[in-house]
Amino acid sequence: MYELIGLSGPQIVFYIFSSMLVISALMVITVRNPVRAALFLVLAFFSASAIWLLLEAEFLAITLVLVYVGAVMVLFLFVVMMLDINMVPLQEGFTRYLPLGLAIAVIIVFELSLVLGPENFGLEKFAAPAAHTADYSNTKAIGSILYTDYVYPFEVAAVILLVAIIAAIALTFRRRVGTKTQKPEEQVAVRREDRVRLVKMKAEKR
Amino acid sequence: MNFDYTQLIPLLPEITVLTMACLVLVVDVYKTSKDSNLTYYLTQLTLVMAAILTIALPATETNRVFNGMFVADSMSDLLKLFIYIVSFMVFVYSREYLRAREMYRGEYFVLGLFGILGMMIMVSAHNLLMVYLGLELLSLCLYAMVAMQRNVVTVSEAAMKYFVLGALASGMLLYGMSLLYGATGTLDIVEMSNKLSTGDLSSSLIMITGMVFLITGLGFKLGAVPFHMWVPDVYHGAPTSVTLYIGAAPKIAAFALVMRLLVEGLGSMQAQWQDILIIMTVLSLFVGNVIAIAQTNIKRMLAYSTISHVAYLLLGIIAGTQSGYVASMFYVIVYAIMSMAAFGMILFLSRAGFEADSLDDLKGLNERSPWYAFMMLIVMFSMAGVPPLLGFWAKLAVLKAVVEVDLVWLAVTAVAFSIIGAFYYLRVVKLMYFDKAEDTNDFIAGPDMRFFLSANALAILGLGIFPGGLLSLCASALGM
Repeated sequence: MYELIGLSGPQIVFYIFSSMLVISALMVITVRNPVRAALFLVLAFFSASAIWLLLEAEFLAITLVLVYVGAVMVLFLFVVMMLDINMVPLQEGFTRYLPLGLAIAVIIVFELSLVLGPENFGLEKFAAPAAHTADYSNTKAIGSILYTDYVYPFEVAAVILLVAIIAAIALTFRRRVGTKTQKPEEQVAVRREDRVRLVKMKAEKR
Repeated sequence: MNFDYTQLIPLLPEITVLTMACLVLVVDVYKTSKDSNLTYYLTQLTLVMAAILTIALPATETNRVFNGMFVADSMSDLLKLFIYIVSFMVFVYSREYLRAREMYRGEYFVLGLFGILGMMIMVSAHNLLMVYLGLELLSLCLYAMVAMQRNVVTVSEAAMKYFVLGALASGMLLYGMSLLYGATGTLDIVEMSNKLSTGDLSSSLIMITGMVFLITGLGFKLGAVPFHMWVPDVYHGAPTSVTLYIGAAPKIAAFALVMRLLVEGLGSMQAQWQDILIIMTVLSLFVGNVIAIAQTNIKRMLAYSTISHVAYLLLGIIAGTQSGYVASMFYVIVYAIMSMAAFGMILFLSRAGFEADSLDDLKGLNERSPWYAFMMLIVMFSMAGVPPLLGFWAKLAVLKAVVEVDLVWLAVTAVAFSIIGAFYYLRVVKLMYFDKAEDTNDFIAGPDMRFFLSANALAILGLGIFPGGLLSLCASALGM
């Protein structure tokens, strides 16, 4: 194992990506431009997936990149660009609430740093998990536990997603009258008689 | 894991509600006329079916299935039964109101049913994961139901506040859960309490920090001071039928959550959470009873009254004895019955284009209808804790539990604030009986609502005269 200033290779990688994660998360809430904020969120997800890779959770890491970076965030960017929000009024109260917010943040960080230190979560308390061999499939491991031991929470999570769909549609769906939108069901069901009218007329004389 | 189909039997009520909710969703798409009652009747049928299943399959002993994630015990049975009853009444009361406001739509009932499913999951959760999922399922339905009438400004404000603060509370709860998981290495509530009962883990800093985060999240969901900011705005801003829904059954589920997490899970940390809850209770008593006096909107007034009732509910938990928990459970059920009747009364007085949510709208109710004025009188007296109504016995039970553990000062404080609080309940009675009516329109409520509302209020009187039955039900549900 390589050693650099007393850190092993994986440790260096961990520190690089975790500091990247923290910095990009901070940027998400501080940058002015919403598009940039969304892009920093992409970076945050990316760094998190790198940390998962270090934990040998390859499947989760790839899923995070595919689902969140690939799908959710792209959609998010679309929404941000389409809505074209004027950010100035939104940021009006920023300086006014900053001291309070900062104080709360400092307190929470302080509290967590008290308990999340090595005395509670050090290697002697929780030994590092043994490395798996190259042919170990953690996708299979997740699958076999997700559909057996965790089937009940899995189903409930599915119900939550269903509720999210219903709620989103119930809140945004509005039938407007008088718009010239297409009605595919009518277009498909159309018959010749509805559209074509045969008119008999005499041939015109020259 | 060997899967055994008998594992599914305790879950039958949940499965029924889920299946029927999906059925209602599909049926609603195909319904022919806008005013069709089919969705409504199917929703009510679901609740009846779930109630029959819960009664037919009583848990004779604590039955944990799905690796202990789901628990069926006598407490969950009783609480679920009351969740069905309360929700049934809520839908009966809401019907005319929804119809008058173009909200009589399938989604309302579908979301309502999914919310009930969320409450059932919460009541039966024996794993932190399930606690969280059940809570999110319920909250998501509530956010959407609050926001449904989104063209109204107060509604969108209420929905936004509820959503943001609710998400923050969920975050706090998750922080707490992750710390507890880190310290104990398990998400299972029973295993966690086993781990805590040995060694000095229960007084470690990390457990206490986790517990504080957990209580913060619970405080938000219960609406206890200092995490109460959303309660008045949401109760006031939301459509009254949704306020009724939020104010009644979810409180029962929140009580179950406190029981499962603090009592069953962190029972050996009682010395730590007791102090926090005492502070929350005293503050809630103060804010709930004093600020309610200044309110002119009856929904807002009842929101502050909720905060003070939550404080009484916490008194029983603070006592930390079996009789205290019984008293708390009794209190939450009684509170659900009372708040149902109170908000039901507002719905009864409202009609299309008119919200009877100002205190002035109650003026002279006695001239307009002596019977319903009397019903409201019962509800208000019961909330104030006047004997022999149900609310009095509930208050008495929690106060007795607190006195038994030598927290006399707390009981005295609670009584003092309840006397202050009696003022605003009695003001409503004064308005009804001694003021001239301003609104002289006829009531539009149908016979079903008139029947159930009267039955609801008379139940407060009847159960108040014979409180033994309900109290012994609660006691036996907690194994006393």
